[in-house]
Amino acid sequence: MHKLLRYLNKKQIFSCIAVIVLLFIQANGELALPDYMSKIVSEGIGQNNLDNIYKYGAIMLLISLMITACAIMVGFLAARTAAQLSRTLRIKIFSKVESFSNTEFDKFSTASLITRSTNDIQQIQMFFVMLLRMIFFAPVMGAGGIVRAITKSREMPQMTVIIIIGVITLLVMLFTLLKLTIPKFKIIQKLIDRLNLVTREQLTGLMVIRAFNTEAHERERFDDANTVLTNNNLSVFRTMALMHPIMSLIMNGVSVAVIWVGAYLISDVTDLANVMAFMQYAMHIIMSFLFISMAFMQWPRASVSTERIREIIETEIIVKDPENPVSSEDFGKTGVIEFKNVCFKYTGADEYTLENISFTAKPGETTAFIGSTGSGKSTLINLVPRFYDVSEGSITIDGIDIRNVTQKDLRNIIGYIPQKGILFTGDINSNLKYSDENAQNEDILKAAEVAQALDFIEKMPDKLNSEIAQGGSNVSGGQKQRLSIARALVKKPQIYIFDDSFSTLDFKTDAKLRKALKEYTQNATVLIVAQRINTIMNAEQIVVLDEGKVVGIGTHKQLLKECEVYRDIALSQLSKEELQ
Amino acid sequence: MSENKQPVRPPMGGPMRGPRGGPPGARPGEKAKDFSGTMKKLLKYIRSYIPVMLVVFVFAIFSTIFATVGPKILGKATDIISKFAIENMVTHNAVMDFAGIRDIMLFLITLYLISAALGYVQSYIMAGVSQKISYRLRKDIIAKIEKLPLKYFDTKSHGDVLSRVTNDVDTVSQTLNQSLSQIITSFVTLVGVLIMMISIDLSMTAVGIISLPVSFFFVTLIVKKSQKYFKQQQRSLANVNGHVEEMYSGHTVMKAFNGEERSIEKFTVYNDALYEAGWKSQFLSGLMMPIMKFIGNLGYVAISVLGGFLAIKGTVSIGNVQAFLQYIRQLDQPVNQVAMVMNILQSTAAAAERVFEFLEEPEEVPESTTPLLPEKLNGAVEFKNVHFGYKPEKIIINDFSANIKPGQKIAIVGPTGAGKTTIVKLLMRFYELNGGSILIDGVDIKDMKRSDLRHIFGMVLQDTWLYNGTIMENIRYGRLDATDEEVINAAKSAHADHFIRTLPDGYNLMLNEEAGNVSQGQKQLLTIARAILADPQILILDEATSSVDTRTEVLIQKAMANLMKGRTSFIIAHRLSTIRDADMILVMNNGDIVEQGSHEDLLKANGFYAKLYNSQFESNE
Repeated sequence: MHKLLRYLNKKQIFSCIAVIVLLFIQANGELALPDYMSKIVSEGIGQNNLDNIYKYGAIMLLISLMITACAIMVGFLAARTAAQLSRTLRIKIFSKVESFSNTEFDKFSTASLITRSTNDIQQIQMFFVMLLRMIFFAPVMGAGGIVRAITKSREMPQMTVIIIIGVITLLVMLFTLLKLTIPKFKIIQKLIDRLNLVTREQLTGLMVIRAFNTEAHERERFDDANTVLTNNNLSVFRTMALMHPIMSLIMNGVSVAVIWVGAYLISDVTDLANVMAFMQYAMHIIMSFLFISMAFMQWPRASVSTERIREIIETEIIVKDPENPVSSEDFGKTGVIEFKNVCFKYTGADEYTLENISFTAKPGETTAFIGSTGSGKSTLINLVPRFYDVSEGSITIDGIDIRNVTQKDLRNIIGYIPQKGILFTGDINSNLKYSDENAQNEDILKAAEVAQALDFIEKMPDKLNSEIAQGGSNVSGGQKQRLSIARALVKKPQIYIFDDSFSTLDFKTDAKLRKALKEYTQNATVLIVAQRINTIMNAEQIVVLDEGKVVGIGTHKQLLKECEVYRDIALSQLSKEELQ
Repeated sequence: MSENKQPVRPPMGGPMRGPRGGPPGARPGEKAKDFSGTMKKLLKYIRSYIPVMLVVFVFAIFSTIFATVGPKILGKATDIISKFAIENMVTHNAVMDFAGIRDIMLFLITLYLISAALGYVQSYIMAGVSQKISYRLRKDIIAKIEKLPLKYFDTKSHGDVLSRVTNDVDTVSQTLNQSLSQIITSFVTLVGVLIMMISIDLSMTAVGIISLPVSFFFVTLIVKKSQKYFKQQQRSLANVNGHVEEMYSGHTVMKAFNGEERSIEKFTVYNDALYEAGWKSQFLSGLMMPIMKFIGNLGYVAISVLGGFLAIKGTVSIGNVQAFLQYIRQLDQPVNQVAMVMNILQSTAAAAERVFEFLEEPEEVPESTTPLLPEKLNGAVEFKNVHFGYKPEKIIINDFSANIKPGQKIAIVGPTGAGKTTIVKLLMRFYELNGGSILIDGVDIKDMKRSDLRHIFGMVLQDTWLYNGTIMENIRYGRLDATDEEVINAAKSAHADHFIRTLPDGYNLMLNEEAGNVSQGQKQLLTIARAILADPQILILDEATSSVDTRTEVLIQKAMANLMKGRTSFIIAHRLSTIRDADMILVMNNGDIVEQGSHEDLLKANGFYAKLYNSQFESNE
């Protein structure tokens, strides 16, 4: 947790110090109140002096005002500082994740990264406020109370003993309760996740469950999770039920003890006033320890959150920009991509995903990659925009190693179309312009036309200004895919990468799109990963991959004759006549 | 994905709600549309626990009363001491009534012990009641999911249902656990303290309770003011989370188009807005404590002064002043709590309302009371003047009729978005027809029990669904009573056996969330194995093999061919070879079936299908 302090700037650290000072004043004020109350008893009631009563009453009033002012300022500073800390952490983490390459991204799951960037930070913010307002306050209060109690009870050391016994009993009780329940809280968190998982599965599997008539089975699965959760909750709640009665018992016990013991020590009204003040100190001290312990119940969660955030911030990014990047005007002008003995291994993997891949993709030509799942074709094209870096060998564009230019320059010359159509919140226009903010309207329309997206865009009520919901959830899968193709086309890059972007399209759209695309991308270098033979049978160059190795390069006709793997794939999809 | 990050509040705190920052309740400011109606429904769940809860209330009342009289009794001891102290100042040989003090103290200790015991028993019972009720609520929600027509889920997101199962039920259970007994305790404390105060002195009570309406006013005011910022905070938080989720899910696209800076820029705007609303709401709700405390202190000071004045005059004893000061301290707690609990009750009603809303959704059309079953299952399917629309006002399938003989292969083709899966959903009665009927071996599917009907079918959908269990369990899902051997045989027929054996734990490998540890193609194989195991009369293959490894695909097709032999099969096809081998092709466009017939017939007809088919090879010629 102390590692968090690193993310505070000078002003915020100053705020924290100010908070501590204010808390100190506040605590002293609160402890002074019983002093004056006891003075009212001894110097007012004891001496029958009304003036003293009014005088001390006025002082108490002033102290109350001061306490309140301090508390409000503490609240203000604490709220601001904690919110500032979480703002800093949030932007730090977000920027860090945005700079991740796929290697780091794969290490955490997307869901986990999201939780870390959102919930975990909320946790820390909440804990930090509590830290400033309660955890800091309690020791000040406790210490102040004890100091006053001891000075007050110089003639009555027994009183201090009572307090110490009270505090120790309290701590032992709290500690035992926390010890019993905190591990359970962790278990419960897991059980809630489990319950969520089972529920989500039932929702996503609605059709399958009904088709296989497994409703009863599902009900049982849920019931298991539900029962375990209920039982654990029950045991925690029942243990926690002890907390309140025990606390009141200790507090009341201390009051009783103070008066009872006090009875044996008192000789005059001043003593009595002291005993009464003493009772109040005892309450303050015990309350402060109570607050600490309650704040500490949040501790395990906050500490886990901090750890998870630290993991992100300290992750080292593997794909880096070169120290002295080459900035050549000619880079990407022609767009000749050359793979030279490229090998690739995922971090932590034993075996190479790609081995000794060499080929050249020329501008004006389409280079297609085909192979079974797991053959490494998607991995291969992901190396070009440096989503991953090659393990051995090199990839050059126009003779320049792609690791020698900045990632920004590299990606500037590439139009990438992912496997799944991914769109961002906004409208169609903003999505298509994502690749090139300065794109003209006619360019956008042209790109949409080529991507076979114009038809459905025109049918929408707001055309290009039609809204796109988060994750593109308001357009169909096929439409998303076509829009994401159009997005890359708007950019007019020298290199296109289609990562299996056609398989969600039906034959008709696929055929039309490819025809239009061929014209549009005339001079560009086009890389296509595909599942379907039709998609690629007209490519100038087809690279056949099998288990990470190139097993054939050539045209459709050549490969049909020479490459067995290719022939197998082709035959599984088309009849002999169609292949001719 | 959004479902992954449900903010789950741990069941913290027990009955000690005392010092906490923000106003409680997960969704600030939320109000139920029908508060009393919802509470009545909730009462139905509570009904069987009412006797137990009455006991709880009695315990709570007594526990509070005992705790409330405490200070007054303690004051009596103080009085004895003060009497002694005052006398002793004059005479120096006064005698303390130690026996009297002892009696009082022993009595007090007994009272406090009983009070604590009663308090514990009461919380203990309430924990049980609240947990059992939330268990039942969750159970009923899940049972309800089963009974809802698929149609319902067309319009509702999974996250929505999920948050009802977890967050909303949790809110209700927390309220039952804490707030209910808290209302009682607070109320009894309030009344008890007031009575005790009045019994001590009327004028002091008057001064003391002036602070009540004042603090109540401030609490409501602050709650109201801070609600505005809490809502703002909620909104900004949603923006931040939404952006994070979107950018992380589209990470490669963002990277590919150099979108880092733009993304961070946008994030900064959202983040700053969240900061502003965040600290303001935090600060405002944090004001509550010091202000309450100040008002409490005011009362304390006023009583100290007035008490001192009255003690000098001799109308009130010192012990009673001391007791009164303790009571004043006790007074602001319940006021505070009542204000909070009111708020909690509101958000609880809103949560409970969402739960009940879901439980009251109209269910699937009830099963026929005299279910029929075809005498002999051959797999003949007849569509008779079928009319269907996802919305009744928008019929998409108009008067579709077809007669399918046992063992025939039906290919469903059409452009993306043509509604090819609709027929499948109708066949298995996931949706109800708007007109006409579907007959299987002469029996209307409406006359069959749903489970019997669905037993006839085996289905392999495009999006594979596997759950968090072992591979063995997932395949067995096709037929829950299958032996391990049968499962393995099915896997073999689906050509999944080989890859399963190469996995770390083989058939016992746990598929993790979203089944990320097997590839998409392998998942397909598992779902095929599952369908094979089910051994159905009629097969439904929904683009099933589109992402299976292209070479094993040959083998799968062979296995499929075997499986289809003698069985009627509906194939949502993308592959020409399948389409051409089909006995009948149903051509779909815009949701409707526009053509039907064999490949040759349809080509001759030179209609939509012919165009579709030809476009496929246009660029190849």
